Amino acid sequence: MKYLAFAAGVLGATAISAETPELTVYTYDSFVSDWGPGPAVEAAFEQTCGCDLRFVGAGDGAALLARLRLEGARTEADVVLGLDTNLTAAARATGLFAPHGVAADLDVPGGWSDPDFLPFDWGYFAFVHGTDITAPANFRALADSDLRIIIQDPRSSTPGLGLLMWVKTAYGDTAPEIWQGLADNIVTVTKGWSEAYGLFLEGEADMVLSYTTSPAYHLIAEGDDTKAAALFDEGHYMQIEVAGKVAGTDRPELAEAFLAFMISDAFQSIIPTTNWMYPAATPEAGLPEGFDTLIQPGKALIVAPQDAPAVRDAALAEWLTALSR
Amino acid sequence: MADRAQPLIARAPGRAAAGLVLALVAAALAAVVWRAEPGRGMGPSDWAAVRFTVVQALWSAAISVALAVPLARALARRRFAGRNVLVSLLGAPFILPALVAVLGLLAVFGRGGWISAALNHVGLGPLEIYGLHGVVLAHVFFNLPLATRLLLQGWQSIPAERFRLAAQLGFAPADTFRLLERPMLARAVPGALAIVFALCLTSFAVALTLGGGPHATTVELAIYQAFRFDFDLGRAAVLSCLQIAVAGAAGFVALRLTGTEGFGTGLGRATRRWDAPGGALAVLDAVVIAGAVSFLALPLLAVVASGLPGVPGLPAQVWRAAAVSVGVALLSTLLMLALALPMACTAAAAVARAPGGTGANTGGGAIELAGLLGLVASPLVIGTGLFIWLNPVVRPADVALGVTALVNAVMALPFALRILVPRACEIATDHARLALMLNMAGWHFLRRVMLPRMRPRIGFAAGLTAALSMGDLGVVTLFADPSRGTLPLEMYRLMGAYRMDAAAAAGLVLLALALALFWALDRWGRGDAEA
Repeated sequence: MKYLAFAAGVLGATAISAETPELTVYTYDSFVSDWGPGPAVEAAFEQTCGCDLRFVGAGDGAALLARLRLEGARTEADVVLGLDTNLTAAARATGLFAPHGVAADLDVPGGWSDPDFLPFDWGYFAFVHGTDITAPANFRALADSDLRIIIQDPRSSTPGLGLLMWVKTAYGDTAPEIWQGLADNIVTVTKGWSEAYGLFLEGEADMVLSYTTSPAYHLIAEGDDTKAAALFDEGHYMQIEVAGKVAGTDRPELAEAFLAFMISDAFQSIIPTTNWMYPAATPEAGLPEGFDTLIQPGKALIVAPQDAPAVRDAALAEWLTALSR
Repeated sequence: MADRAQPLIARAPGRAAAGLVLALVAAALAAVVWRAEPGRGMGPSDWAAVRFTVVQALWSAAISVALAVPLARALARRRFAGRNVLVSLLGAPFILPALVAVLGLLAVFGRGGWISAALNHVGLGPLEIYGLHGVVLAHVFFNLPLATRLLLQGWQSIPAERFRLAAQLGFAPADTFRLLERPMLARAVPGALAIVFALCLTSFAVALTLGGGPHATTVELAIYQAFRFDFDLGRAAVLSCLQIAVAGAAGFVALRLTGTEGFGTGLGRATRRWDAPGGALAVLDAVVIAGAVSFLALPLLAVVASGLPGVPGLPAQVWRAAAVSVGVALLSTLLMLALALPMACTAAAAVARAPGGTGANTGGGAIELAGLLGLVASPLVIGTGLFIWLNPVVRPADVALGVTALVNAVMALPFALRILVPRACEIATDHARLALMLNMAGWHFLRRVMLPRMRPRIGFAAGLTAALSMGDLGVVTLFADPSRGTLPLEMYRLMGAYRMDAAAAAGLVLLALALALFWALDRWGRGDAEA
């Protein structure tokens, strides 16, 4: 019996006692990892909420939505954090989300006015390269160059899909032409960001699809200033990462408190050097030193969330055709 | 003999185990279909994926096994210092997690790799690894060792007495090949081909990365896309069934092609070879072994070289995750044995009923095909199916490790059966008559005759399963609990947080632990005998 009680204690250790309300937040896996924002956010929120904040990690943003759809209304999630604007239309269509009810003054380029989803960070996609090469100034120059690039597969990776939307918004009907031009520059297409970035650092390519903020990691965490992002004159596609309140939550007030906390300084100041993205509401202390060295795109590109699914499917078909030859 | 009161080996437990695997796969598929919403159905790109998958798997299987024949032959007839260590190390590539292996391979064969650097010195351009040939190269790297071990088992199954007889009769190597080795290969090669084919069918990240673009889309990627990108569960289930059909067809063909058993048995003493020829053939064997070793060892060396500097600074979470992974691997090994041993015995029971007949080949057939299911039905589909079943009942995170162990055990079943079934059938063929005459059946036969003779195979199968489970990222991502991640998951997290050096170190820890588990279990199985 003693052992049984011990085992029950170990297994139930995360459940905590009934008096402390528990808030369950579904997010993508790298958010909850020890190197992501998760642990610091949890500590900061628990200081004030009188609750137990529980993160549940599930793959990436798209896998997160798939999991939520698998669970349906039965989900134990109170908040879902980590979808992006390519996914919000599909997420809204599930009917699983409720308006967040948070009025906020955000610094997201292009502004924000979605009643259901609230951004917590954002970034620009960009090709990252070593400072020893001269970067092209746009996709056409890249296609004409003999620079070798590694990209991610849009079917399995968020940045991969971002690139697809980037080329599509910048070039519209001539996007297939751009892809055909890029075909001989593409070394390979990887399943996810990690593989691509790892291969780039191993010297397999001159440039890799990542974010404009990637060089900040190397500069701030490693003191390495030999990485830069290429500034493209077509503009850069944005990723805006959002969170939403689950309609069926049994802790609506706590969920709203978390969303309000999410755009407060305490949360936002954690983002830049853990998620390596721009905070949705710049903290009072400003951005960390080193972020001022990053390129500033002249034009922010983004597809309206409600159009994203249709644009996505058309762009994927073009991409597959152009690169499968 | 079939009417005897007590059969030599009870068939019910093995049938129950096979039934369990079938039920698990069927239940998972059914759950996925049940939750399906109307989707777009199969499109031309899905069919292209099926085509590419089959083509690359055929090439990979053919080349892996073709190279394994001379390598296994050289290892079977040569004795040299370090041979046992080498045979153990042969397991290493097979058990490497895909991502670690790809980085290791590219460090050698990539555009920025060692070979390209050497070519650069003599004024040649970098090696172009990306394409179908790159996919095949990676799959040969993974599967050549497995195929070699499977064929080496074939050589061991030739009784020592036959080699002695061959030496007495003054056989030349060509005669030995024609009369002893070729018939053995006819039995062993189809099975090895089928198992490597099935393994390569389910490849995804490796095929995509080294394939160099979306034309290298495999069925497994299409399944992943159906889930994650389109949330089209119906299409995922259809693709999974297609994969089962292709692998099933390959398995069926392999069974039909498998040659019949030879004559007479031996006393099971250690094989000594009198026929190992010297001269040019000795040089050839040395070249084959040296070539294979450098092909397999260089990428491993690259993994060690890139990981070593980071090991001392690894964060505590990585070590915690390593402990979790070892636990999962051991649990998974136990589950695999609980399924595979009864199944292998049931396959042998068919032989025992008709000793000397052709049962050795057909008896294990149905069982092995059932065992294939777990692997080729796609771990993602099985995991999702289990998730749908379990989610209403328990918190997924609470059962994450148990489910991971179960799915890994089922995934390892095809290899385990390929290793265990032929030996179990041989034992039944060789000893059934005597055992029945002595009225030694049932548990006594298993304990006194079957299991002791199976021990080397059990050790090898257990070692492979443990190592495979260590390196599998698999379904744990679906059920994941942030505080109890496995080592591969922790490694991905490090990479996702830009910490590539720490990830490389974690990869090295993973390699070392998987290899240690494999080595310990394989070693236990072999006892003092040599493989």
